[in-house]
Amino acid sequence: MGLTLNVSGLKKSYAGTVVLDGCSYRFESGSVYAIMGPNGAGKSTFLRLCALLERPDEGKIDFLDEDVSLEHDLSLRRCITLLLPAVGVFNTSVYENIAYGLKLRKVNKAETEETVLNAAEIVGLKDKLRRRAVTLSSGETQRMGLARALVISPSVLFLDEPTAAVDAGSSIAIEEIIQNITHTLNAAIILSTHDRELADRAADVILTLRNGRFS
Amino acid sequence: MDLIIEGIRKASLLIYTLDAELMGIVLLSLKVSLTALSVGAILGVPAGALICLKNRFPLRHFVLNILNTAMGLPPVVVGLFLYLMLSRRGPLGFMGILYTAPAMIIAQSILAFPIVASLSYAAIGSVPPIIRQAALTLGATSYQSAMAIVKEARYGIISGVMAAFGRLSAEVGAVLIVGGNIAGRTRVITSAIVLETDKGDFSQAIALGIVLLGISFCVNIALYFFSRRGNAAGYRYWV
Repeated sequence: MGLTLNVSGLKKSYAGTVVLDGCSYRFESGSVYAIMGPNGAGKSTFLRLCALLERPDEGKIDFLDEDVSLEHDLSLRRCITLLLPAVGVFNTSVYENIAYGLKLRKVNKAETEETVLNAAEIVGLKDKLRRRAVTLSSGETQRMGLARALVISPSVLFLDEPTAAVDAGSSIAIEEIIQNITHTLNAAIILSTHDRELADRAADVILTLRNGRFS
Repeated sequence: MDLIIEGIRKASLLIYTLDAELMGIVLLSLKVSLTALSVGAILGVPAGALICLKNRFPLRHFVLNILNTAMGLPPVVVGLFLYLMLSRRGPLGFMGILYTAPAMIIAQSILAFPIVASLSYAAIGSVPPIIRQAALTLGATSYQSAMAIVKEARYGIISGVMAAFGRLSAEVGAVLIVGGNIAGRTRVITSAIVLETDKGDFSQAIALGIVLLGISFCVNIALYFFSRRGNAAGYRYWV
């Protein structure tokens, strides 16, 4: 276990509405965290801030002892990834979608192929790599999103409502994948969910977001 | 009616035998229009992307209005403007390119640029923001995420380029003014049709018309193909 992400006093408002009001927590690698809370509690906002997609109004996000909340090095940002509830499918093949992060990192072709095949096997899409990604079902799309995140071996993996838009069968499959990658990926996995049972089964720590803070 | 039937018969023969004069005109037309299209696309696609993707682009709406207006630029006005610029007494008269293919290419590039830029802007703007966010979450820089958006918009952009080609290949006003319709040098399909009709040589005019329609048909087939590919992606962008 080692410190990966330390969030302190995170505040964020939209048009005068306070969404986060001093969120603090210390996330460590090798653990799974579930963030619960009612709709509008700020779960997605918290994840988007921590994944450095948005900047907080106040507060600090320390990653590897460096405050990355306002300015950050690309190499540090590339250690953190977020699987959005709407995956954002590129209109290419499933293979190219999964390989996207590796292409950005200029990984060579042979290594890319091996990594993509491994990830596709983990998420059960090995036989669909040549298909156009836009033709996948919702559950398959979500699993492709997971594979896309897995190939870049993140130190911190955020999953925003990973099972919200899929059927029961796909939800179980995704939950199994999350549990499997916990052992192989030495990362802090932080997921937001409404599903109490999923949180109980998959997470080591359950955090509840209320009134803009963890309780 | 007999005149038309006889014209079509002779025109078919000219096309079938690959008449040298006819082929020369067709090839020059394609050369001029495709070169102008390339210039328009090389400048227009990045311009459309820049206007759409750059945060705080100055006077965005004003520039867009100019581009949209320029999409409907009358070719004869472009031809007249360019003629005045390139004529001996004009500011660019020293170049000595009036009544040459390069002058026609410049005229058609001016016509192609706003079409490509404006339609590229529309195509890039229709890509959902989730694509950019997905790219960023996977470690893309701002530039790389912008390129991901442009790549997603590729079918729309290609459709825009094809639409511009459709306009260029059918355009007559500008090329006639700055090209001069000189046989073997600046005579293209449209200007040749005007001339042959004036001369009463309908078979040559009809043959050129058939070729022009064929080009237009191919462009439309390509447009249909690319718009279908784009739509196929569109329905799942949000997933």
